[in-house]
Amino acid sequence: MRESCHLPLDLSMGYRWPAMLLSVTDLSCARGSAQVLAGVGFSVAEGEALILRGPNGAGKTTLLRTLAGLTPPLAGRIDCAPDAIAYAGHADGLKAQLTVEENLRFWAGAFAARDIAPALDAFDLHPLADRRAGEMSAGQKRRLSLARLLVTGRPVWCLDEPTVSLDVENVGRFARAVEGHIAAGGAAVIATHIDLGLPNARTLDVTPFMAKRLRSDDPFGGDPFAERVG
Amino acid sequence: MLGLLRRDLTLAFRAGGGFGLSLAFFLIFATLVPFGVGPETMVLETIAPGILWLGALLACLLSLDRIFQLDWEDGTLDLLATAPVPLEGVAAMKALGHWITTGLPLVLAAPVLGLLLNLPLPAYPWLLASLAAGTPALSAIGTFGAALTVGIKRGGLLLSLLVLPLYVPTLIFGALAVIRGAEGQDATTPLILLAGITLGSLATLPFAAAAALRVNLR
Repeated sequence: MRESCHLPLDLSMGYRWPAMLLSVTDLSCARGSAQVLAGVGFSVAEGEALILRGPNGAGKTTLLRTLAGLTPPLAGRIDCAPDAIAYAGHADGLKAQLTVEENLRFWAGAFAARDIAPALDAFDLHPLADRRAGEMSAGQKRRLSLARLLVTGRPVWCLDEPTVSLDVENVGRFARAVEGHIAAGGAAVIATHIDLGLPNARTLDVTPFMAKRLRSDDPFGGDPFAERVG
Repeated sequence: MLGLLRRDLTLAFRAGGGFGLSLAFFLIFATLVPFGVGPETMVLETIAPGILWLGALLACLLSLDRIFQLDWEDGTLDLLATAPVPLEGVAAMKALGHWITTGLPLVLAAPVLGLLLNLPLPAYPWLLASLAAGTPALSAIGTFGAALTVGIKRGGLLLSLLVLPLYVPTLIFGALAVIRGAEGQDATTPLILLAGITLGSLATLPFAAAAALRVNLR
């Protein structure tokens, strides 16, 4: 039996503390000119997944777009290495006239990746490789759009409802792809309503961060997206 | 970035890609002019330079809203903005792709249509030179306009209104070069001014287009 009660001088002792890949402090996000979230703070280390929860319209998509750098934050800071985030939104970003392989090769070229075979394998797309994206079902398109993440080679995945239109088998494939990515030192921030069964997953409910929208002087109850019609 | 150009060209030449739309419009436009203004060769000879340039310009305008709109609708533009390619480069490649699929065919088709419109023989080299020098400016200015209007559903009307005034200098100097050529005069001056407009557009507008895209992606 080894003695293990003394304080180690070298704090690392062969154990490497997971490096922080993404850290968000007091972040306020806006969609258009309307503030949606305020005071969001969290951090994601390598080997971790953060599941974003919250009702429809709570601001999960806005938060992910802000993390991806598509929308500038209103306030607060996002600490992240440059070019670390791979974003996948609601839209698949596929070209209907190109085949599965051509679509994936284009993104592999944009991210300077050489090999698309692992990405095709992970989502069982080999049998569909020569099919045009326009002739595939919604679930098959989604698999192709998720396979794109594997060719980006980026450590932090920011995914917005990635399992939409996937069947049970492919939700499993997706969960395994995320597991593999995390095990290899990556991280993921995923907005989803289903349980992916990921190890090392924490959940962040964005509801408490929703910006105050109720103003008594506003005839629309303060909904920033309300529009007068007629 | 060359991958983006290659992809855009592949898409343009595949079914439903829109290649040939501008060219077909240009052919129809120039073919119908003699029916509209009558077959007098003197009249046609006078208006041919202006008609050819105007036709090329309108044909170019026709395909502008495809430059970013399709990529915007299917989410590709969001993904391109997060990819390790600068948006300025994306805008420049889009402009180049638009010129290869639209401007270049117009340049090559114009001499044939000049024949239909009884364009005087000395004007042909100037027609080719002025279109070759001027159409890249049309693509660059159009890409900027397309970037400004990318988020707007059916933004074609606004795009035309924005872009047409910016096309005026190109049209004036382009047509002037051909008119002078048709009269047997030296047309170097308008051609140099035209080339100046093109080089200025190519140097600055990709940056303006990228800035407009960033705002529209918010």
